[in-house]
Amino acid sequence: MTPPSRTIVPIEAVTPETPSTVTLRFPWTAGARPGQFVMVWIPGEDELPMSLSYPEGPLGGVTVKAMGETSRKIQDLRRGDRIGIRGPYGTPFDLTPHRVLIVAGGSGAAVLAPAAEAARREGHSVDVALGAVTAGELLFRERFERMGARVEVATDDGSEGTRGYVTPVADRLLEGNPYDALWTCGPEVMMRRVADRAERAHVPVICSVERQMKCALGLCDACALGPYHVCVDGPLLPWERLKDLEEFGRSYRDPAGRRKAYGPGRP
Amino acid sequence: MADLTVDLAGVPLRNPLLLASGIWGETGASMASAYAAGAGGVVTKSIGTAPRTGYANPTVEPLGPVGFLNAMGLPNPGIEEYPAEIDVARAGGAPVIGSIFAATPREFAALARRMAETGVVALELNLSCPHARGFGSEIGRDPRRVERIVRSVVGAVDLPVLAKITPNTADPAGLARAAERGGAHAISAINTVRALAIDVDLARPILAHGLGGLSGPAIKPVGLACVWQIYEAVQIPIVGIGGIGSAEDALEYLLAGARAVQIGTALSGPGVALFGTIARELSARLDALGIDRWEAAVGRAHRPAPGPSAARSPFPGPSRMAEPRGTP
Repeated sequence: MTPPSRTIVPIEAVTPETPSTVTLRFPWTAGARPGQFVMVWIPGEDELPMSLSYPEGPLGGVTVKAMGETSRKIQDLRRGDRIGIRGPYGTPFDLTPHRVLIVAGGSGAAVLAPAAEAARREGHSVDVALGAVTAGELLFRERFERMGARVEVATDDGSEGTRGYVTPVADRLLEGNPYDALWTCGPEVMMRRVADRAERAHVPVICSVERQMKCALGLCDACALGPYHVCVDGPLLPWERLKDLEEFGRSYRDPAGRRKAYGPGRP
Repeated sequence: MADLTVDLAGVPLRNPLLLASGIWGETGASMASAYAAGAGGVVTKSIGTAPRTGYANPTVEPLGPVGFLNAMGLPNPGIEEYPAEIDVARAGGAPVIGSIFAATPREFAALARRMAETGVVALELNLSCPHARGFGSEIGRDPRRVERIVRSVVGAVDLPVLAKITPNTADPAGLARAAERGGAHAISAINTVRALAIDVDLARPILAHGLGGLSGPAIKPVGLACVWQIYEAVQIPIVGIGGIGSAEDALEYLLAGARAVQIGTALSGPGVALFGTIARELSARLDALGIDRWEAAVGRAHRPAPGPSAARSPFPGPSRMAEPRGTP
């Protein structure tokens, strides 16, 4: 057992994706697969788990939403700044399903876009239900369209696509199409709703889950979710493992390990 | 099949393999998983009087085959909230040893009383975290303070008390003697070894806290030496900790003087399934060695068989193994 060590890399490009998200690209030769994540160290600030929005290299990349102090510090990074990357960690997507429905809420598209690209490269069909608060925040919409995925959009404010949450869009797609997989990432209440519907349609669901993370090595228990550790058992977890966990979609643990309830959520 | 059961200071365990403090011990579900997977018992994350978030990340640095460097900063939900986790672990059947940390004998005693109410089978006093200001080895490297803290806790609760001592001192055995004088029922040794990693490109320590503690394969010989010296210094049982990832490692600690062992870092990768694997290997290896009970071989390497027969049979029969401790 020799886990991946840390490498210090210069940032090659900083690309704003939406008003609240930014992509950092850096030299990357570890050959991660879609779904995996890395620990990104901003020296002097913090180290955070981030799904790879560009996992394969030679330029890897992460796409980050500006939430919390450190995410804002990431947005302050410039080309040439050096950051630490350790990983890749966690489980990758299984790319065997032929007809995939992707349901992405907000920055959840960051991990799902490369998965969709990989599925398209395998010749599989990909439909995308993409949700955001407003049209300008629809992350990777063009990227999904460029790869030949069918994209349906929902925005909270109705500035584009269906007004409201993305779940009704996903429901509609599920009703009319014989998917053999649904991949979702976004607020947990959203994933719970979507997965519940998909289960009734007998479509297997993979959720990309986020938790507090410290070691990322399956030791410290910070990312415990029921009996699972998101860093090694996840971040992709099948719905069958999640649905009976009282915490999923309802509570998380803070850095002290205290259980905290999610605020009133988006369904 | 060799008998793996252990009596640890009056606490019966189905086998000597315990989940080490700080690993998988923040949540009850994780501790229950460790027990279900074959651990003999679990030690909780070190719990304090108030919630602590710990240090900023990076808190852990993987060092390849050497092991891991960490400075978590004693994150824990605090004694008010933590009993709910112990309930979950106990519901899974696990004997739970409650690890606590505090700054003074009085605070230790108060915390110990609270922890004792949760249904734990024993307490482990963290006198050895190598990187927390005002706690751990900062107080635990002074034998007089160790003695006072242990005495204070032993007087406050009606449970076996394990003192977990630091290797970051010239005389670990002296600390163990101090704990024994204070009334400790067992010694846990060792905690991590104070260590540092620096990134050359950035010319700065990697861990946010700077100094950390080393765990994993590199510290096994250090832990063994501490257990060896402590075994010769005290009469109370010893729980061996440090770099244990196989049955062979556990047996080394057994022969050096450990009655039970704790496993932590090695779970990275195999997860808690490692407990079941090691327990099975341990049974088979003890059988092959002609040892019918784990406990019968505690400290055996301190009195190897003399003369040429040693090469043929290091474990010369049940009558010799029944020898009481300390016999030449």
